[in-house]
Amino acid sequence: MTAIVRSNPRGHWALWALIVVIGTISLGVVALSRGEGINAAWLVVAAVCVYLIAYRFYALFIAEKVLQLDPARLTPAQRHNDGLDYVPTNKYVLFGHHFAAIAGAGPLVGPVLAAQMGYLPGTLWILAGVVFAGAVQDMIVLFMSTRRDGRSLGDMIRSEMGPVAGGIALVGVLLIMIILLAVLALVVVKALAGSPWGTFAVVSTIPIAMLMGVYCRFIRPGKIGEMSAIGFVLLMSALVYGRTVSETPELAVLFNWKGETLALAIIGYGFVASVLPVWLLLAPRDYLSTFLKIGTICLLAIGIMIVQPDLKMPAITKFIDGTGPVWSGSLFPFLFITIACGAVSGFHSLIASGTTPKMIENENQIRLIGYGGMLMESFVAIMALIAATVIEPGVYFAMNSPAGLIGTTVGQASQVISGWGFAVTPEMLAQMAKDVGESTVLSRAGGAPTLAVGMAHILSGMFGGQALMGVWYHFAILFEALFILTTVDAGTRVARFMIQDMIGSVIPAFKNTESWTNNLVGSALSVMCWGYFLYQGVIDPLGGINTLWPLFGISNQMLAGIALTLCTVVLFKMKRQAYAWVTLVPTSWLLACTLTAGMQKLVHPSPRIGFIAHAQVFGDALAQGKILAPAKTIEEMSRIVFNDYVDAALSAAFIAVVLAMVFYGVVSIWKALGTSRVTTVEVGAPVGSGVAHA
Amino acid sequence: MPDTLGITGWAVRAARLMVGVPDYDTYVAHRRVTHPDEAVMTYEEFFRERQDARYSFGKGGRFRCC
Repeated sequence: MTAIVRSNPRGHWALWALIVVIGTISLGVVALSRGEGINAAWLVVAAVCVYLIAYRFYALFIAEKVLQLDPARLTPAQRHNDGLDYVPTNKYVLFGHHFAAIAGAGPLVGPVLAAQMGYLPGTLWILAGVVFAGAVQDMIVLFMSTRRDGRSLGDMIRSEMGPVAGGIALVGVLLIMIILLAVLALVVVKALAGSPWGTFAVVSTIPIAMLMGVYCRFIRPGKIGEMSAIGFVLLMSALVYGRTVSETPELAVLFNWKGETLALAIIGYGFVASVLPVWLLLAPRDYLSTFLKIGTICLLAIGIMIVQPDLKMPAITKFIDGTGPVWSGSLFPFLFITIACGAVSGFHSLIASGTTPKMIENENQIRLIGYGGMLMESFVAIMALIAATVIEPGVYFAMNSPAGLIGTTVGQASQVISGWGFAVTPEMLAQMAKDVGESTVLSRAGGAPTLAVGMAHILSGMFGGQALMGVWYHFAILFEALFILTTVDAGTRVARFMIQDMIGSVIPAFKNTESWTNNLVGSALSVMCWGYFLYQGVIDPLGGINTLWPLFGISNQMLAGIALTLCTVVLFKMKRQAYAWVTLVPTSWLLACTLTAGMQKLVHPSPRIGFIAHAQVFGDALAQGKILAPAKTIEEMSRIVFNDYVDAALSAAFIAVVLAMVFYGVVSIWKALGTSRVTTVEVGAPVGSGVAHA
Repeated sequence: MPDTLGITGWAVRAARLMVGVPDYDTYVAHRRVTHPDEAVMTYEEFFRERQDARYSFGKGGRFRCC
């Protein structure tokens, strides 16, 4: 198509004018319609037009003017080509690799939670966030790493902003890792508690993965395709058989686990998976979850196009004032914290400075892979938002509100929720549970079950109707649980290596990752860190997600703030400060969001938002010997108070990390302005400047 | 080079790289050109090497997103 466009400039501009017109109309419909639900297709078209325009114009501007990508410059893949880590790779193949690495559970959960404010605030933030912040960050970090032999974010911060800044950033990364693992594991616990069908299917993935691991290691070494096909068939059998398990009382009781049991099981599992050799459990499960993830995303996209469901959630709900049941806090800053991945995700800066820059064939592909990859992830977030808003708002709130607010029976729940203005009957809630093959859908917070209901709604509209609703629901749960648990495995290992590295700088013997003692101690420490927050979340009266998701959002956006600060520093050091607004604007916005949210979580006077205020309410009651619900004993009371202070300390740590990075950023920019030379530390000059081909 | 690969060929290559296994033939071709006198890993060795690298820290190891 580009060839046609290039040979016919008038047609080119007519095409773009048309895209702008269609985009404006769709966005207008999405933004302005009130009352009657709109068709999801409007949202899809609006998003796609925004992405196309942003990619064609803004990303091109960044590529040509801001970064001045140089197609003649050798990339790390060319300079260090070893056929293994550094391989010049076709841009579409690499796009797939990069997208598979950045897409995870984040863009699926955040938008679902944000739907409590209606579909409009989330949509606008996802679109504006990705165009001006998320995709910009991914692209510029990828650019920086490509010009530095594929070095990591931490290394780049160290070399551009100094060793202290690098060290602080690493601590920040470890903190976000711990919170990420805890919150994702909590999503799984919330989805599987009291669900024999789902639990059976997810537990089955362990023997299935081990079988695949043995197959691919010994029986047919390296046959990824065969192994994945076998795994997929077994997985689908487990999914279908799960219904029988849930309908057979003797079997169901074996897989009907409470939240606490599930949490301990996942913690134990994380430890074992981190200690075992990767080929046995982690790798095969990773393969299966990667393919399933990509397949399901495509399936959902096709489903939305074909079924074109109506959005039932209002454009804006009254909960923008901060009184929402799903998470507490007002639109600013908490909406921008709740939706991190899909709009802007700091985590991507670790991936854009990981394996991807080592495989780029040519600098001029950085726009497609960095900016384009993030647009794709944003589209996943839009689909998740659609899935959450096509279900009845009353059902949505029943699924996502904590039991402390809506009670534990369909009667109580429908009464409370109808009182909020979202009509729902006990029969509707009971029917929904029956349709999806669960005993109840109440208070299944965490995003995954809601998304599963939404996906089941869309996919069963395409195949199978009501009869297959239960299978689709559990398919969606399985798909999310599978790749979340893969993240938990891999993340536990990464956190273990980071902990070993940090402790190893004091006790050098601990650095050796081959040692079994180190392996066991490191894995135990790593699991305990996130396990603590997971367990705390499971027993949290407000459902845990309420507490942990904002902490995760703050930490993820904090990391994005750090990455964008680095981007800004590098632009100044490259003497491109005329264009520094490209990163300064999103940096400032993220700093404003994370700092405000962090401060509010710390000192907000309302105990629903501020950790210290909450600790004080419980602490005062404790001092008078009173017990406040949901605590049942004095010990539980003291534990709640203690946990509040831990969370408060964590918020304070995030704020401190952000402020420290801003300080070092300002110092670096000041120094850069004081000299007339370019002061970046790049490697690999353009062709012909005397740099040898490695 | 390989427009001879066809859509399926490219899709398979992309799927394999998604799980961290780059193209083996490219590796072999590269080794033949750059180190013709050294031994080339068999596919099985290559697969194991890549699998270990994907989950180790520092070398090819990587973070994973939310």
